Amino acid sequence: MVKLKDLTKNKGLLSGGHRLCQGCGASVIVHQALQVVENPVVIAVATGCLEVSTTIYPFTAWRTSFIHNAFENAASTLSGVETAYRSLKKQGKLAADYNFIAFGGDGGTYDIGFQALSGAMERGHRLLYICYDNGAYMNTGIQRSSATPWGANTTTSPVGKVIPGKKQYRKELTEIIAAHNVPYVAQASPYHWKDFSRKVKKALEVAGPSFINVLSVCPRGWRTAENKGMEITKIAVETNVWPLYEIEDGEYHITYKPKKARPVIEWLKPQGRFKHLFAEANTGMVEQIQQHVNRRWQKLLKLSGQAQ
Amino acid sequence: MSEQIALTGNEALALAMKQINPDVVAAYPITPQTEVVQLFSQFVADGVVDTEFVTVESEHSAMSATVGASAGGARAMTATSANGLALMWEIVYIAASTRLPIVMPVVNRALSGPINIHCDHSDAMGARDSGWLQLFGENAQAAYDNVIQALRIAEHRDVMLPVMVNMDGFIISHAVENIKPLADQDIRDFIGEYQPAYSLLDPDQTTTYGPLDLQDFYFEHKRQQVDGLEHALEVVLDIGREFYQLTGRDYGYFEKYRLDDAEIALIGLASTMGTAREAVNNLRKEGIKAGLINLRLFRPFPVQALREALQDIKVLGVMDRADTFSLNGGPLFGEIRNTLFDFGNKLKIVNYIYGLGGRDINLSDLEGIFRQLLEVKENGKVKQLVNYYGVRE
Ligand SMILES: Cc1ncc(C[n+]2csc(CCOP(=O)(O)OP(=O)(O)O)c2C)c(N)n1
Repeated sequence: MVKLKDLTKNKGLLSGGHRLCQGCGASVIVHQALQVVENPVVIAVATGCLEVSTTIYPFTAWRTSFIHNAFENAASTLSGVETAYRSLKKQGKLAADYNFIAFGGDGGTYDIGFQALSGAMERGHRLLYICYDNGAYMNTGIQRSSATPWGANTTTSPVGKVIPGKKQYRKELTEIIAAHNVPYVAQASPYHWKDFSRKVKKALEVAGPSFINVLSVCPRGWRTAENKGMEITKIAVETNVWPLYEIEDGEYHITYKPKKARPVIEWLKPQGRFKHLFAEANTGMVEQIQQHVNRRWQKLLKLSGQAQ
Repeated sequence: MSEQIALTGNEALALAMKQINPDVVAAYPITPQTEVVQLFSQFVADGVVDTEFVTVESEHSAMSATVGASAGGARAMTATSANGLALMWEIVYIAASTRLPIVMPVVNRALSGPINIHCDHSDAMGARDSGWLQLFGENAQAAYDNVIQALRIAEHRDVMLPVMVNMDGFIISHAVENIKPLADQDIRDFIGEYQPAYSLLDPDQTTTYGPLDLQDFYFEHKRQQVDGLEHALEVVLDIGREFYQLTGRDYGYFEKYRLDDAEIALIGLASTMGTAREAVNNLRKEGIKAGLINLRLFRPFPVQALREALQDIKVLGVMDRADTFSLNGGPLFGEIRNTLFDFGNKLKIVNYIYGLGGRDINLSDLEGIFRQLLEVKENGKVKQLVNYYGVRE
């Protein structure tokens, strides 16, 4: 198990000096994930903030082998690397053991990379795909994705005179990946770092594909203070907006249960992207979000055999 | 050398891939390439190759996984046709700029739309500026031989670029021909053990593939790709000579047929040129000085060699099985005119865009085209520069 003391001492596989924004969740997530990796690892990253900020030629922040191919194909690209590994191993051309981890933003994972991800999961490559879900296409300037929450203000679901932000609920990708019958799927948050690193460890241990969806704060896109990211990430879990759970061989298991769920307003209030929800014209939207979160939570309880 | 056997073009391609025994193949079925994927799957299922086969969910993923496998130090191949190549397109460029020595047979088929499954070269021509080398072959033997040589060309340290091996869909892919395959051991010796230049799976050093490359380096890297292609001109000939020693089959940039004293000639790609060779023979019997160039290397374009080969020709017909929609002729025509523009000879050039969507072109068509060239030679006038041949208008 990782200890906090080690975390502070270990210089890690992602060096400082990368160009992600202050307060970005993605680098924290990468750090925490790579802490538990014991073998040499090949990293694949989809086009997006993480990629453009960590490997600007002739520099790289990665102390690992690294491949970026395009926006929508981190999963298929890494499945190729993993297949090369199996082939070379089988033929006795390679001795070392490797791990394979892909990182993609929600755009590169839920949307444009969805097919490649689904294919890689279905085929059974032994790789871990981690989605850092910041709920929009941040790299290109905060456009909505299918992970953007209902009601959020983005540059392609803008708040206007007649439309108050995004009109669709987010897609539940974690469950969709679980429906691929892969051995390990989880949802995590970098605030609950122990829970997250334990999940990464488990994911790397299974003899097949694994997927972890991680909530990733984006101060620019969420319109939140740089120093409040972890706090807001914590509130997401405490309000059941972002439940922490895992699905092992199809069995749902909630890994952290708030003692008493806090109202979603605590999650919405500090974020500028939800500011309009509190305008008089939009009365009822907060309540609608609360209802949706409650429904989702009840469903999760049911799936994990804990329905009240 | 082994004996002559009867194979379809697709079987010949699959056999070449089996004998190469790549570490990884990632491919997706599409007519007319499908048989290659099926046959290869069977080789994998029967354990006659060491290859790990990735049954990807699309061609975009086929090329992506092939790039990943190649970057992982594997000898990696894929194969496709038409819409499959179009779906790969984004990653086709990335494969070249990443300098990965991937070999990909393309069984040429008309690109949609309208949807059609038959032969033309619109698929390959859509990728002509992707930075890949492009080889064409007239028949199954040429396709087989080209795949084997393509591997050496791609992996050559001075080249390090992917190679597309084109073969005409249906006309060649589904027709049975006698071919002379090489013995497994000969191929093993010819291609050698693969030694990747940089591998993601090198335990001694980490490797970065695909970083963001901005204003201060992108241009240099593109220029280096051009460098690789310049070297390829030499490497294609060197490998061709080596292959000749092994097989007695001669491959360069192009085949010249009865060109030395020819006054009128055709230049074109692939199976049509086999028919054109017969047309040349027939015209020669009438005393007409006809010849042809059967172009094998389309990318890079062998400018200097073509200038030399064409220096005494009076009228040249350029056969394009694809259009550019520029209203200025087909892709080969553009290259040829560009090649000969400031060369100072008086050559007259006529473009024939033909055979789109598998429209048949037969011996009498090609003889007719030669007779049109003869007319141009006699009148000194090109009536129509760009001709859509064999279409109802
Ligand atoms: C095929 C393709 N379409 C569009 C783009 C432009 N693009 C680059 S990154 C990006 C958004 C990335 O969003 P996400 O995956 O959520 O990651 P983030 O930027 O939030 O880290 C887009 C639209 C692209 N690079 N390639």
